[in-house]
Amino acid sequence: MSRIETAFFEIGSLDTLAGGDTFVHRLDPRAKVVTTLIFICCVVSFQKYQLSALLPFFIFPAVLLTTAQLPVGFLLKKLLFVAPFAFFIGVFNPFFDQTILFHVGPVGISGGWVSFASIMLRFCLTISMALILIATTSFNGVCMALEKIGAPRVFTVQLLLLHRYLFVLVGEASRLVKARALRSFNGRGTGMTVFGHIVGQLLLRTLDRAQRIHLAMQCRGFTGEIHQMRLFRFGWHEFFFTLAWSAVFLILRFYNLSQLLGGFLLEFAQ
Amino acid sequence: MHMADALLTPAVGGTMWAATAGTIAYCSRKVKLEMDDSKVPLMGVLAAFIFAAQMINFTIPGTGSSGHLGGGMILAILLGPYAAFLAMASVLTVQALFFADGGLLALGCNIFNLGIFPCFIAYPLIYRPLVGESPSQRRIFLAAIVSAVFGLQLGAFGVVLETVLSGVSSLPFNTFVSLMQPIHLAIGIVEGLVTAAVVLFVWKARPEILKYADSARSLCGLSLKKVLVGLAIVTVVTGGSLSWFASANPDGLEWAILGVTGSEEVEEGESGLHAALAWLQECFAFLPDYGFAQPETSSEKVAEEAAEAWPAVDAGTSVSGLIGGIMTLALAALIGLLLKRRQRPQVG
Repeated sequence: MSRIETAFFEIGSLDTLAGGDTFVHRLDPRAKVVTTLIFICCVVSFQKYQLSALLPFFIFPAVLLTTAQLPVGFLLKKLLFVAPFAFFIGVFNPFFDQTILFHVGPVGISGGWVSFASIMLRFCLTISMALILIATTSFNGVCMALEKIGAPRVFTVQLLLLHRYLFVLVGEASRLVKARALRSFNGRGTGMTVFGHIVGQLLLRTLDRAQRIHLAMQCRGFTGEIHQMRLFRFGWHEFFFTLAWSAVFLILRFYNLSQLLGGFLLEFAQ
Repeated sequence: MHMADALLTPAVGGTMWAATAGTIAYCSRKVKLEMDDSKVPLMGVLAAFIFAAQMINFTIPGTGSSGHLGGGMILAILLGPYAAFLAMASVLTVQALFFADGGLLALGCNIFNLGIFPCFIAYPLIYRPLVGESPSQRRIFLAAIVSAVFGLQLGAFGVVLETVLSGVSSLPFNTFVSLMQPIHLAIGIVEGLVTAAVVLFVWKARPEILKYADSARSLCGLSLKKVLVGLAIVTVVTGGSLSWFASANPDGLEWAILGVTGSEEVEEGESGLHAALAWLQECFAFLPDYGFAQPETSSEKVAEEAAEAWPAVDAGTSVSGLIGGIMTLALAALIGLLLKRRQRPQVG
């Protein structure tokens, strides 16, 4: 439980980070969403044994992290938190793929280890970008971008309402859990029957709340649209940001910068 | 059981994105057309409820470990398939963005696995018929368990198919299936028991709430077929066009197929893996451009060619790649540090 509870507090801290006021924060959300998607597509489109060509891509998160003044440690911690799935699927690669690809001194490195490392690199790149996106754009911003790009309004309103009531209901649930824990000895009452009753009660309360919210929204003239305070504009900054980064990604995608630089250095050394 | 970006190729991820985006658009239109706007806050708050319910854990009998709710089936039972699908999609989007569960490209796969299967397959095809016109405690209990198990099994199978088709992981199809399905059978039974407990509680306390979903379902029961047909068309079209891109590019779906065949198992001939492949090929025969349907070049031949091409990594390029990689990483860090230093005067 504490795990999930802290995760929810971290939603709050991501929202706080998104309230910053740097160049990256001020960009129109659409520019950031589109650029991030292009970045992710470029990263995952490499074949499975690619390592060196993936490394230059770290430039994008590095630049965004610093220009947006985000705390690196916090994001790294979040990254570690969700690593297990990619890790446990990837860790099978060395067992199933034992073709030796190259030798480092006397040790042969098999394709499985290379592709495993590649999976972990992809994981770091894609997930860190998802986190940076939300930490510089805010959830409302992402929703706005989605709607402007063409997502149905019903869905974006759904996302905004979910985000709004998440904290209310999570607070309620954590109080329920605390109350149950304080009354339970030797694990009594933590089984499924009591769980069903607790969650059922919470559900009934939630339904009543939805009705009250609906009435309140109608009183304020809700017509199926939620209005945003902060107006964004897709100007030259956004245009340039999207275009320049996309060009960088495409160049990095088709030219292996690590390889070129390494070759150059080796030649220079000789 | 969230799918991860790191295990996907753009072709597979993009296809699933297109399929889920199409379904979201269709469901949004349905919800807008057929429901009063009191459902708008209801959907939002119920999605938040799923998060809250996931926080409340319980001990699983016999094991001593604790579990929590997944929630797809509860949403479907309370809201009906269309609204439930949108609510589930929003839950997964928030999970992808804030908890970094899976990632953005994998979001399409996750919504497909955890949204479409429970809402459009398990709910209408299993839960509804089993509960029938006159629900009883036993019927609801049975229906909740069976549909939760079935939905999760399909979802787990979806993860396996998406991973194997992407081919970034070297896990063979057979091994992965025999790993995923039993684990999710256990998870599904627990999820079913919990779903049944919650639904029965609501049914006893406020039976009219469950009627709500019934009426929504009968309103749009007819067009369920349309969703499935539309989904199939979207999948075929995007799968076809994306694999066309992929084949113009040396590392697209061909690599996926290679990943499935693997370079060593080729000698085994018609045994397990190839049988699985052939079976897969049959399954995907309706995707003519999917790269599988190239009968002239047998998969073995493709794999052999690739096996020749692959280990031919020359040590020189590896070393330069290694050195260059470390250098570029250092460069990226350096640029970051320089930018930070430049900013410091503004901050302080």
